Amino acid sequence: MNAPAIVARRAAAALALGLVSAGVVRAQGPIPTAPPALGKLNALTLPPTTRSTLPNGLRLMVVRKADLPLVDFLLVIRSGAESDPADRGGVATLTADLLDEGTTTRTALDIADQQAYLGVQLGTSAGFDQSTVVLHTPRAQLDSALALFADVVLRPSFAPADFDRLKKDRMTQLLQVKDRGTVIADRVFPAVVYGPEHPYGRPTNGTEASTTSLTRDDVARFYATYYRPNNATLIVVGDVEPAAIAARIAALLGGWSRAAVPGMRRVRPEAAAPSTIHLVDKPGAAQSSLRAGALGAPRSTPDYFPLQVMNTILGGPFTSRLNRTLREEKGYTYGAVSRFEFRRDVGPWLARSEIMTAKTDSALLIVMAELGRIREPVPADELDKARQYLVKQMPEQFETTRDIAARLVPVALYGLPTDYYNRYAERVEAVTAADVQRVARRYIDPRTLQVVIVGDRSKIEAGLAATRVAPIVRRDLEARPVP
Amino acid sequence: MPPSRLIDHAVHGTARTVARSVAALACLALAAPVGAQVAVPRLAVEKVTLDNGLEVILHEDHGVPLVAVHVYYKVGSGDEKVGRTGFAHLFEHIMFMGSEHVPVGRFDTWLEAAGGNNNGTTNQDRTTYYETMPSNALPLALWLEADRMGYLLPTMDQAKLDLQREVVKNERRQNYDNQPYGRSYETLLAAAYPAGHPYSWPTIGSMADLSAAALDDVKGFFRTYYAPNNASLVIAGDFRRDSALALVRRLFGGIPRGPTMPARPSPAPVVLDADKYLVLEDRVQLPRVTWMWHSARALTADDAALDLVAMVLARGKGSRLYKRLVYETQLAQDVRASQGSQRLGSQFTIQLTMRPGSEPARVAAMVDEEVAKLVADGATPREFDRARNTLVAGMLDGLAGMLSRADAFNRYNQLTGTPDYVQQDAARFAALSPADIRKAARAYLTQRKVVLTVVPMGKADLMVKGGAQ
Repeated sequence: MNAPAIVARRAAAALALGLVSAGVVRAQGPIPTAPPALGKLNALTLPPTTRSTLPNGLRLMVVRKADLPLVDFLLVIRSGAESDPADRGGVATLTADLLDEGTTTRTALDIADQQAYLGVQLGTSAGFDQSTVVLHTPRAQLDSALALFADVVLRPSFAPADFDRLKKDRMTQLLQVKDRGTVIADRVFPAVVYGPEHPYGRPTNGTEASTTSLTRDDVARFYATYYRPNNATLIVVGDVEPAAIAARIAALLGGWSRAAVPGMRRVRPEAAAPSTIHLVDKPGAAQSSLRAGALGAPRSTPDYFPLQVMNTILGGPFTSRLNRTLREEKGYTYGAVSRFEFRRDVGPWLARSEIMTAKTDSALLIVMAELGRIREPVPADELDKARQYLVKQMPEQFETTRDIAARLVPVALYGLPTDYYNRYAERVEAVTAADVQRVARRYIDPRTLQVVIVGDRSKIEAGLAATRVAPIVRRDLEARPVP
Repeated sequence: MPPSRLIDHAVHGTARTVARSVAALACLALAAPVGAQVAVPRLAVEKVTLDNGLEVILHEDHGVPLVAVHVYYKVGSGDEKVGRTGFAHLFEHIMFMGSEHVPVGRFDTWLEAAGGNNNGTTNQDRTTYYETMPSNALPLALWLEADRMGYLLPTMDQAKLDLQREVVKNERRQNYDNQPYGRSYETLLAAAYPAGHPYSWPTIGSMADLSAAALDDVKGFFRTYYAPNNASLVIAGDFRRDSALALVRRLFGGIPRGPTMPARPSPAPVVLDADKYLVLEDRVQLPRVTWMWHSARALTADDAALDLVAMVLARGKGSRLYKRLVYETQLAQDVRASQGSQRLGSQFTIQLTMRPGSEPARVAAMVDEEVAKLVADGATPREFDRARNTLVAGMLDGLAGMLSRADAFNRYNQLTGTPDYVQQDAARFAALSPADIRKAARAYLTQRKVVLTVVPMGKADLMVKGGAQ
């Protein structure tokens, strides 16, 4: 019963035929027959950022946005899962998870009670480069909310019972990974690109083996080592006077003691391996989770803007090539995207899509074709659309206090210049077709592509082998080779 | 995955759970003493109805040079015919495939070049389409929406239908068939509602019905439901009222009124004649139990009380079920409760995933105990204050960004006839007292229910069965 997938050319031809009967259904209205010309863009005025540093080294970035009496606080600790000891994968994320599970003055239930009573939001998390604590509060609750925030940041107790409870929760989450092909694919892909020795090759939330070995002391040690004011930036956005809030923060966090924070270990990623298809069996899967990519670039790369424009064309918004071809021409998937993950060190880039099982091999061939095509010159209109899209997204990126705080995180982490966002548009507009082609050829190399596919092996392996894209290596969900 | 053409089934809430924006107005409400009556800001909203019946709702806010356009059609999966489940949502996808003056693919490329984003959502009660963009692109979004409202069919063809049918089938695979526990929701609906009830099937529909959808269905559906007199249009953000309204009149005013809509199905409230216990085997590691009761329809006083009942039971570490089952005994991995508010009648659900080794029947008995305690004794004043303060903060959070405001205005307009209903909505909560928690729990959670246990393959013996009811 399934209708065959339709390619774009057929759809366009049918469209032309359809026009013959235009006007039959409804009386022709006075609607213009072409899209309207648009007026001048109303420029977004970026609110200024006031910076200061407390004597203990804590950096502050304050943006006043007073249209609503609300304040967002975002504490960025400049260490995350990249600093996990090699055999202690998951410690940075577990440390963050435990911050609001009990302090020396409040139990987890006390913290939750106050949060709910005040109607404030408090959250903790960790990624590879950073750990964060966020607070979203009405100005009217600022004092109580900030006291809660400071307690969670400064005085987590890591009580053994709370540690054991969260470790059990983490172990169960890791067991449930087996249920989800998408999650398995997201864990296996970095493992095959970086190998097990590189921090980026390990999942931020650990493995069953690494989590089993974690102790309460590992967490306390991670906290004592990295949660230091001289390793942190506090971003404040909302209805506050910069000087007044800085004084209040100095009173609350001024006693946080500084300490030397170890520098980052630098592990060279393994040399790029020849292209390989890594196949993980998920019997009965209705779709195949496809990830294809390789090493990308660090956040500091001078190629940042060309890469953003190139990726916007390849796999960014809805009309990007991967989505247009795999979804809107072939109908093999609900969506396809690609992205570069810019981190302190060389992050990965990858294309990803959930593909109907029967079309796994066809979809892989299309991905390979698109990765080849992006290395060829990009038509001017497509380049222009991508640049315009990135530039004109700016108002949406700065709509709310929470949006603005999020935009400042990379500024805090990667030392971006103070006028970074003021110059964003001109940097994007300066990207040429030659730049796009150059970075595509440098980073998108079909000879060193790692393809991870998690799906029903009995239904897809023969087809994948027949594509001759690359040799197939079977792996388990921990990325270990299996027969 | 790239955003696009979402299923938005009401059991997970609609405007109230929009998560992208900051709590714009929560502060104003919470500036009042905590636990006291909350003051809600009045948002300036104007409604104008065109001669062809299109309701136009305008809300100016010049804080950021951004505008949202949100079009709401009063048709959802609950209006589908048996044998065509999933059609309202499939039709939503087809609405992005171009119209008389918009060639295939241009809807998206023109908007993106202008810095805009767009999407559509369908649930049982309605279908929405929206664009957000820099304010100078407003005329483009209005023109695109007018063209597909008035002039979709001249370029409609089999290829557009066939392509989006495949996309939607993949959406179903991705979000339901290839998800652990992904078939729970449709299994519960089929048990909770009699065959043929508009809420008895899921919005995504069945594969067989999606296969059966024909080009004539597309044409018939458009002619029946997609007309200005069955739609409302919100513009929210940085625009000027007079020029925008003039443009709306020019673009939409010429679209003829459609025929009188068929009466929407309005079945009597469903009463189950017995508790139903079901088991579903799935490729999962851990059993999950879901309880579903029929409950009060959207925006009623009981609907508000049940929102708080859900929070007292399962929101935050201090909630009854979380504290006992996840925090203390650690027999469960997670627990959720929600009042899924809908037009014809809602569903109250509790859902709980077991820890490895936990016995579902034993944990379910504890859930029954906690529900019974709430029915007997109600909530403490502190529990009540926590739930209400959090809920009102979250509700107003949903009004922060222009898109979520637009969605709320359209939703209020459909359900109450006025978009300007934020204050009345909040007033439902201000009017509640802890005694209402007990009353609502007693009125609904003592009624007959459906209890579904999803178990690992071959473990049907783990199902929760009715015992001493």
